[in-house]
Formats: sequence, structure tokens, C-alpha cells
Amino acid sequence: MNIVVLVKQVPDSGAERNLRSDDNTVDRASANNVINEMDEYAIEEALKIQEAHGGEVTVLTMGPESATEAIRKALSMGPDKAVHIVDDALRGSCAVATSKVLAAAIRQLNPDLVICGAESTDGRVQVMPHMLAERLGIAALTGARKLTIEGSTLTIERQTDEGYEVVTASTPAVVSVWDTINEPRYPSFKGIMAAKKKPVQTLSLADLGIDAAEVGFAGATSAVIEHSKRPPRSGGTKITDEGDGGVKLVEFLATEKFV
Amino acid sequence: MAEVLVVVEAAQAAGVKKVTLELLTLARELGTPAAVVLGGPGSAEAYREKLGEYGAAKIYAAESEEIDGYLVAPKATVLADLIKRVQPAAVLLASSQEGKEIAGRVAVKLDNGVLTDVVALEADGTATQVVFAGSTIVKSKVTRGLPLVTVRPNSVTPTPAPTTPTVEQVEVQVTDTDKLARVVERVAEQKGARPELTEASVVVSGGRGVGSAENFKLVEELADLLGGAVGASRAAVDSGFYPHQFQVGQTGKTVSPQLYIALGISGAIQHRAGMQTSKTIVAVNKDPEAPIFELADFGVVGDLFKVVPQAIEEIRKRK
Ligand SMILES: Cc1cc2nc3c(=O)[nH]c(=O)nc-3n(C[C@H](O)[C@H](O)[C@H](O)COP(=O)(O)OP(=O)(O)OC[C@H]3O[C@@H](n4cnc5c(N)ncnc54)[C@H](O)[C@@H]3O)c2cc1C
Ligand SMILES: Nc1ncnc2c1ncn2[C@@H]1O[C@H](COP(=O)(O)O)[C@@H](O)[C@H]1O
Repeated sequence: MNIVVLVKQVPDSGAERNLRSDDNTVDRASANNVINEMDEYAIEEALKIQEAHGGEVTVLTMGPESATEAIRKALSMGPDKAVHIVDDALRGSCAVATSKVLAAAIRQLNPDLVICGAESTDGRVQVMPHMLAERLGIAALTGARKLTIEGSTLTIERQTDEGYEVVTASTPAVVSVWDTINEPRYPSFKGIMAAKKKPVQTLSLADLGIDAAEVGFAGATSAVIEHSKRPPRSGGTKITDEGDGGVKLVEFLATEKFV
Repeated sequence: MAEVLVVVEAAQAAGVKKVTLELLTLARELGTPAAVVLGGPGSAEAYREKLGEYGAAKIYAAESEEIDGYLVAPKATVLADLIKRVQPAAVLLASSQEGKEIAGRVAVKLDNGVLTDVVALEADGTATQVVFAGSTIVKSKVTRGLPLVTVRPNSVTPTPAPTTPTVEQVEVQVTDTDKLARVVERVAEQKGARPELTEASVVVSGGRGVGSAENFKLVEELADLLGGAVGASRAAVDSGFYPHQFQVGQTGKTVSPQLYIALGISGAIQHRAGMQTSKTIVAVNKDPEAPIFELADFGVVGDLFKVVPQAIEEIRKRK
């Protein structure tokens, strides 16, 4: 089973993140850039499938030059190779355009399975897997907390607000995973060394047959008009429990009319 | 006035979700609200009264086993066809997993922009989003096509505006590609009478400090007394204290209740991401330096196993 894992580089969600004041895009220069956390679970799932069923695992990313760091990190976990779509014209791409580009690359790679994270921590859009499935005309099994494979049949458990759904499809398919699905491995020293030698192919828009006018700021279907920092919340009353903390808490709730 | 389509979300047992009533309320500001029911046979009739109560002038009823039996794709196809036909002023969906997924597919089908996790929408289509763990406010706009927007629960106060909706049956025509992901089973997990996490006006969350799954009963007890939902930090979920669907934060649910009570939660940036926009925040933590106090309107430095039982007793006394 040949698998493409989608990996996105994002600014670390544990540190301060900003949008640029000039063009409202994510400020990558001032950020600590990491692999989107959920994508590590996608990589782990792909590697587990490879261990059980064979085939090749390819990391696919669309992002600036600096995303090579995320690619090496991804490869150090074990995938065989990577494809990096990088093109200056991609700056400012919206989700609709990004899905067009990723879909074109996936078509060229022609995998049995595409695995990605359920959402990215920068955008939290959660739309990519269905956008890709729509473009590729293949099944989307999204929000998986469990994935089982029998022959060419895929079955997931999808968490819902009420419980979960069991959903099934045949390959080829896109599967998106939550962080409940597995425990990603840490790259070994050997893995890190090996990653340096693994093939990373770069693709431009021309390689994918996509016109620059369809992507980036030029082809965007939505635009950020402005952004501002939200005034930080300030702490209010803080008391130390001296045996009546619970009562004081309820007094506060009462003044706020919650009890 | 042009129609504003509101895609209805409903739960099997509880009926139309609160977020849908919020969307109808918002839609009234933008045009004439029309509810779109995408569900199994008979669903529109079951929801009609509620939708009318909140001002739906019309209900588009797309009902078929095919909509219920497959994941998302059939709904997107029906909605995209409806949009093409009625040319609404805007399309509103809930910013839930499914709402975003439907919106994403429709965006591709119609080559139309899409905005997710919107908290406010103006008549000219300008949307407000809160990003990066609640630290940044963004104003954005769909620049190609109509405003196709998913709205976060609890962004709008739902207000009734009773009317009698007309119901129009919509023919459901889906392709074979829409039927690739088949739902074999829907399993309801224990939930009881508590309100849904993202919709609740009170949320009581427990963290690692709660210590065990058994101790979460204390969190539940306080939540039930306040008519609230129960949430959990990731550390609590990872430690197996509470199920994942109740996780609040960056990689869990985003909640925006009137009252958020954090018990034994340190207040890491990824947790704040999911609760920062709550109206009132209360925290109980034994560490006076815990970052959660930086955003708490009322904080108690103390042992939650002493403070919470006392609070529970005090609320009971007052009832
Ligand atoms: C990419 C990424 C995504 C993440 N997503 C999320 C997310 O969605 N949601 C989330 O919550 N976290 C998330 N995290 C994890 C986050 O960074 C924190 O690790 C987590 O929120 C900590 O949970 P906690 O506050 O319960 O535990 P801790 O940080 O361990 O805090 C426990 C607190 O309980 C207090 N305490 C202990 N005993 C008592 C007692 N008896 N009485 C009173 N107080 C007591 C302690 O003083 C302490 O402050 C994410 C992390 C990453 C890297
Ligand atoms: N530029 C990108 N390159 C590679 N993968 C991406 C990109 N954008 C999104 N993805 C994948 O799609 C998933 C969902 O992203 P999103 O829809 O942005 O929340 C992510 O977890 C990634 O696996």
C-alpha cells in the first residue's frame, strides 16, 4: 500500500504567534516553526500501516523553502522520501487554492492512501481532507480515532459529539486522524542520520501544470482585511483558601447571578 | 431581501442544536433566513416548529436515506446545487467538524471562498475570526463567490422571532462518488442530560489536578448543579480521567460559555486557546503561580478537594 502523508509546517502553538503587518500572512520569521502536531500522528499511522502491509511512505508538503526543516524531521521518523511543493507564487494561498495544488501533486504520486492530520494548529480550518477528496473524486474518512485495514477496505471510528461513527470505504482514500489514534514515535539517532540522505523532490507550480494566477494572493478566494492583537485578559480577584474558599467562590457566582 | 441559507444541525435525541438557532438569529441581520435540512426522511417535519420559532421563513427539506448513510459528501452536493439554484446572499453553517467539512467541499465545487470559526459577520460580508489561541482578531472576507461561513457556537445570543415557515422539498440527487464513505454504525456513548460542551452556557473543566477518573465525579457534580457541561484538559484526557470528546483547547473543543470553571488546570497556552473567550472565568488551583489565574475573574488558591465540596454544599444550601 503506497501512502502519501501530508505534513504542514506551522508556528509552534506553545509560543507567541503573529500575523505580519504588511500582508496579514503568518509571521514565520519570528516564529519557532514546527511540524503541525496532528501530522505527526498521521506519519505514525502511515508507518504502522507500512510495517503491516508494505509499500512506500512519501511525505508531501506545500510551503516555503524553510519547510525543509519540517520535512527532515518528518523523514527522521521513518518515511522513505518526500515531495516539497515550493514556489514564490504560492505565498498567500487560501485553502481552496492549497487544495488545488496538493491535489495535483497527489495525482502525480498516485497513492493508495493519503493520510493527514485532522486540522492544523495555525489555521484550524479542518477542511483540507474533504477538499482533497472532492477534487480527487475519492473517499474521505475524516476525524479517525482508529483505523483498520483489510485488503483494500478501510474502516475508521470517527469521534462525534454524541459518540462515534463507524465509517468504511475502499482505497484510494483520504484519511484524517486525531491525536487519539496512536502515540507518535520519537526519531532515533539512526533515523535522524538516515533522513539526511533520503530523497526530497521539489516541485514548482509549472511542474504541476498550475497557473500562478490561480494561487497565492492573485488567486485567493478570501482575504484578510486587517488584524489586531486582542487585549489580554487581566486577572480579577484572587483569594487564598482559608477554610472558606468554597463559600467565597459561591458568593462570587451569586453576585454574577450564576446561582 | 435575498435569502440567507442556514444549514441545520440537529442531534438524534435533542433535536435542533442551539447553534442553529444562533445562526438563524444572525441570518435575520443579513437577509431572509431559510433553513436547509439535510437529513433522513421526516427530519424537516420534526424540526419545523423550532426553526419557525427562530425566524426561518422557509425550510428547504432535502431528505433521503442517502444523506444519512454516507459521510458528508451527499450533503455537500445537495447544498451546492441548492446554492446554485437560489443564489442566496450568504450561507451559514455551524463551525463543527461536519459543518466545516460540508463548507470545504462546497467551496471546491463552486470555486468559492470559505471562512471558518467566524464569531461575527456583518451585512457586507466582513467576518471576524479569533486566531492563535485567542490572541489575535482577524477581519476577513470572501473575495470570490458568496459569503460561505462557518460560525462558532455561542457567538450570537439566540432570540426567537416566530413565523410559520413554508416547506419546500428538495430533490436529492447524489452521484456514486458521493457514496464512497459509508456510515456502517452510529454509536451513542454515555452522556446523560448534560448540555453539549460547545453549546453550554456553563462549563466546568477538570485537569491533571483532579487526579483520577473517579475524582471527576466531583467535577460532574458541580457541573450538574450549575446546569453545565463537563470539560477536561488534555493532561486529564491523556491520563485517562475523562473521554477525549470533552477535551477543551487547541486540539480539542473551543468553548465560549458565560461561565468557565477550571479545576486543577494550570492554564497552558494550548488550553487557553479553547476557553479564552469565555465571559467569566473562575479557577481553583493550589499553585498561586499557575498561569490560569492571569485570566481568571475569580481565583481560589487552594486544594480543589476542599474548595469544591464546600462550594457544592453551599450551592445546595442556597437552592
Ligand atoms: C500541540 C499541542 C496541543 C495541545 N492541545 C491541548 C488542548 O487541546 N487542551 C489542553 O488542555 N492542553 C493541550 N495541550 C497540552 C498543554 O500544553 C498542557 O500540557 C495541558 O493543558 C496541561 O493540562 P493541566 O493543566 O490539566 O495539567 P498541569 O499543567 O499538570 O496542571 C495541573 C494543575 O493542577 C493543579 N493541582 C494539582 N492538584 C491540585 C489540587 N488538589 N487542588 C487544586 N489544584 C491542583 C496544579 O497546581 C497544576 O497547576 C497541547 C499541547 C500541545 C503541544
Ligand atoms: N500546505 C500544506 N502542505 C501539506 N499538508 C497540508 C497543508 N495544509 C494542510 N495540510 C494537511 O491538511 C491537514 C488539515 O489542515 P487544515 O485543513 O489546514 O486544518 C493538516 O493537518 C495537514 O496534514
